[in-house]
Amino acid sequence: MDGDVPLLRARGVTRYYGSRVGCRDVGLDLWPGEVLGVVGESGSGKTTLLGCLSGRLEPSAGTVEFRQRDGRVVDVLRMPEPALRKLARTDWGIVHQNPRDGLRLGVTAGANVGERLMALGARHYGQIRSAAVDWLGRVEIDRERVDDWPETFSSGMQQRLQIARTLVTEPRLVFMDEPTGGLDVSVQARLLDLLRRLVTDLGLSAIIVTHDLAVTRLLAHRLLVMRGGEVVESGLTDQVLDDPQHPYTQLLVSSVLQP
Amino acid sequence: MSAYNFAFLDEQTKRMIRRAILKAVAIPGYQVPFGSREMPLSYGWGTGGVQVTASVIGPDDVLKVIDQGADDTTNAVSIRRFFVKTTGVRTTTRTDQATLIQTRHRIPETPLAEGQIVVFQVPIPEPLRWLEPRETETRKMHALEEYGVMHVRLYEDITRHGHVETAYDYPVLVNGRYIMRPSPIPKFDNPKLDRNPALLLFGAGREKRIYAVPPFTSVRSLDFEDHPFTIERWDQTCALCGAADVFMDEIVVDDKGGRMFVCSDTDFCERRRGR
Amino acid sequence: MYVAVKGGERAIANAHRLLAEDRRGDPSVPELSLDQIDKQLALAVDRVMSEGSLYDRELAALAIKQARGDLIEAIFLARAYRTTLPRFGATRPIDTGAMTIRRRVSATFKDVPGGQILGATFDYTHRLLDFDLIGGQRNRATSPDEPAPDGGDVAPGGDLAAPGGELAALGGRLPRVIDILDRDGLIESEEPDSDRRAVGDLTREPLDFPAGRDVRLQSLARADEGFVLALGYATQRGYGRNHPFAGEIRVGEVELELRPEELGFPITIGEITVTECQMVNQFKGSAAAPPQFTRGYGLVFGHAERKAMTMALVDRALRCRELGETPASPAQDEEFVLYHGDNVEASGFVQHLKLPHHVDFQSELVLIRTLRAEAEVRAR
Repeated sequence: MDGDVPLLRARGVTRYYGSRVGCRDVGLDLWPGEVLGVVGESGSGKTTLLGCLSGRLEPSAGTVEFRQRDGRVVDVLRMPEPALRKLARTDWGIVHQNPRDGLRLGVTAGANVGERLMALGARHYGQIRSAAVDWLGRVEIDRERVDDWPETFSSGMQQRLQIARTLVTEPRLVFMDEPTGGLDVSVQARLLDLLRRLVTDLGLSAIIVTHDLAVTRLLAHRLLVMRGGEVVESGLTDQVLDDPQHPYTQLLVSSVLQP
Repeated sequence: MSAYNFAFLDEQTKRMIRRAILKAVAIPGYQVPFGSREMPLSYGWGTGGVQVTASVIGPDDVLKVIDQGADDTTNAVSIRRFFVKTTGVRTTTRTDQATLIQTRHRIPETPLAEGQIVVFQVPIPEPLRWLEPRETETRKMHALEEYGVMHVRLYEDITRHGHVETAYDYPVLVNGRYIMRPSPIPKFDNPKLDRNPALLLFGAGREKRIYAVPPFTSVRSLDFEDHPFTIERWDQTCALCGAADVFMDEIVVDDKGGRMFVCSDTDFCERRRGR
Repeated sequence: MYVAVKGGERAIANAHRLLAEDRRGDPSVPELSLDQIDKQLALAVDRVMSEGSLYDRELAALAIKQARGDLIEAIFLARAYRTTLPRFGATRPIDTGAMTIRRRVSATFKDVPGGQILGATFDYTHRLLDFDLIGGQRNRATSPDEPAPDGGDVAPGGDLAAPGGELAALGGRLPRVIDILDRDGLIESEEPDSDRRAVGDLTREPLDFPAGRDVRLQSLARADEGFVLALGYATQRGYGRNHPFAGEIRVGEVELELRPEELGFPITIGEITVTECQMVNQFKGSAAAPPQFTRGYGLVFGHAERKAMTMALVDRALRCRELGETPASPAQDEEFVLYHGDNVEASGFVQHLKLPHHVDFQSELVLIRTLRAEAEVRAR
C-alpha cells in the first residue's frame, strides 16, 4: 500500500454550464483520515465541485483519481458506470443536504439502515435488524424507532438516519453536501458533535461542502475557500480562519456573526 | 384457418422468437426483450405464452394446455382450440403424455421428465417493478446485481407481518445470478422449479419479454436464513381422490359457508381415481 | 356429491353463437353494409386505421361491424390481422408538402399563401342535434337566409393544384406556414438524425429507453385517442406547458411511392388520406444560439385533427430532455406515456382480471388465515 498516494486526487477539475463557470481548474489531495472542508457562498461552485468529484457530474476538463482498498488507483471520470455505482454503494458514502434525498421514505428505519448490508449479501434477518438497532443507537436515535417510518421522524432525526444508512458499511470516503443545512441551531450543534465523533471513531475521510464556517471549524482539518468557481485560498482550517490571507476569505470570516 | 401459416405466426417471426429463447436459455433468468406481435387473443390473456408455444411447436408435438391447473377452464380451452386450428397437433389432458405444456398459474403435480417443455404465461416479468417503476433503472439493477432493494421488501414484510407477504409469483434466484418472477404460480409450486428435468420457458407478450430456466438449473426462493421459505399447507385432503400435499381448490358448496377442497390439478386427480 | 366442473368447451361455443346473434340484432332491421360504415361512419374508420396501424378502409369497416361498434375491439382486430400480413418493403417517406389539400388552416397568421381553406369541418357547427337526419338527408334547397356557398374566402377544397387553379402560381404545392418562420431562422429546423441509423419500427422491436423520436411518434400515432387527448389537455393546463400555437393543420391525400428492387426506380402504388399538424411552441435559446421557436408534430391516417393536434402537443412535451427542460408532468415522462398509450395492451390487461385467479386467491387465503390466527394467539 503506497503511503504516498492520496485517497482522492483531483487536478484541473473544470465544469461549465453553457458559458457560465461552475468551477474552474480545481485541484486537491485528500488523505486517509482527513476531513476537507469546501466553503463558499451560494454560486461559489462548491456543490458543482462535489458533483464532479463524486462522478455524478461530468466535468468539462480535469481528472479525479481514487485509491481503492486493494491499493489500485482508478480514474473516477472514466470508470464504467457499473463500477462507479458499485463504488458509490460500498467504499463511498454520500450525505445529502435534504435527508429525504438519501432515504427510502416508504420503508422502516431498520430497512433503511440494513439495505446496504443486504446489498452486500447479508441474509440473516435477526442480525440485520440488530445491526440497524446498533447503528440507531450510535446516531442517537431511540432504538425503539427501528420499525418506524422516516416520515414520522423530525428532520434532525432523518438526517441522523441518513448518516447511519450511509456509514453502516464503513465507507472510506464520505461526501457531504451541507449536512446541517435546514436544521435548527441546537440540532445542528448536536449533529456536528455526532459527526465529529464518528469521523474519529471510524477513521473516515470526508469532503464537506458548506457555507457555514462554524461547521468547518468543528469538523475539517483543511479548508478550500471557493469564490466564483475558483479556489482562492487553502490550508489548515485554523490557519485559514484565524489568519485569512485572501481578501474574500477575510470578508467571509469577518462577516460571521459573533455571539 | 388454412390461409394462415402453421401455428399462425410467419416463419421469420418464429425465428426471431426462437433466437430470443436461445438467448434466454443461455442466460438463465434473464429477461430477453423481443418483438412481441399482436395475436388474436387479448394481451394479458396469454399472448406471450402462445407466441413461445407457437415458435417451438412442431407437427409431432402433443400439447396440453391448463389454466389454474385444469384443462377445462375457459381460457385453456380457448388456447387449445387455437393451436388445434392452426397446427392440427394432437392434444392431451395427460401430463405424462404431453411433450409441450402451456400453463397459467400452476405447475402440474405429476413430476415432469427430461424432454418436456413447459411454457408459462407471464403478466409482469419484472421482479423489481413494484419497487422501481422505471425500466431504465431496473435493467441496470439486474445488470449490476443491485438486488438490495428486493431484500428490503422482504425485510419489511417480516417486520410488519412476521412473514413474507407474497403468496404467489414469489421471486426466485436463478442459477445464483438473476432474480426472476416465476409467473403467478402459488409459492407452493416454487420448489418444483429447482433442478427440474424439463425446460421451463416464460413468455410475457404485453411486456415483450422472454426468459427461461434450462433443465437441472438451481432455482432458490428468496428468504432469510432465520425466516426460511415455506409453502402452503392444508389440513384437508382432496375430497375426490384423498391426496394430501397437493395444491387445493376451495369450493364453496352451499350458502351457509360449507366448503370442500379438491385437487387443483385435474389430470393428477383423475389419474389417482383411475380414470 | 360434487362433480368437477366440466363443459368449458361447450360454454365457449355457445357464447360465440350468442354473440353472433347479438351482433346481428333484430333480423327485421336491415344489415349494415361495409360501404355504409366506410362512407357514413368514415371518421370511425379513420380512427381504427390509425390505431390499428393498418390503412385499409374496407378491413377497418369490417372490424367495426364485427366488433359491434366497439372501436377498441375493432382496433384489436385490425392489429391482429396486421400480424399475419407479410412485409415486402417500405415506401418512401410521404411528402405532405405535395398533398392534395382538402383542408388547411393556420392560427399563427391571419392569412397565408394559398389561403385558409376551411374544408368540411365540425368546427363552426352549432352542436344542435339535427332531427332532419332521422329520416335521411334530403337535398335541401338553400333557405333564403343562408348565402349560397361560393368560391370567395371559403374554398371548397378540391384539386387546387390543377392548372388555372389557385395554386398554379405557387407551383402546384401549398407552401407550409412553418417554412415562413423557417426561412427567417425563427423556428428550429427539422434535421434528420446525423448518425443515419435506420428508422425504428415499434411493431417489430420492443421499446427501449431512452426512446428515439421516431419510435415516440409511432407510439403516439397508434396510441389511444383519449389517452393522448388527456395528456395534451394537461399540458395546456400547466402540466408541462409549452405555449403551443397551431402553425398548420392540413388534411388531404398524399401519394405512396415504392422503389422495388427489381425495377430500380420508384413507382406510385396508391394514395392515402392523412392529417398533419405542426405546432409552434415555446421558444428557447442557448449560450451559443439565439432563441428560436420549437416544434411539435402530429400525423395520423384519415381525417382526425383532434388526434393529430394532441399528438403534436405530447410530442413536444416528450422532447423536454433534448430541449433542456426539466420533466415535471406525466406528459413529459417517456416511460409513462409510451407504455400506457396502447389501448390494445391496456384493454387486454385490464380485462384479464376476468380470468380465473382462484389459485392465487387460494394462496392469499391461506396466508391471511395464518396471519389472523397468529394475531389471535398474540392477543390472548
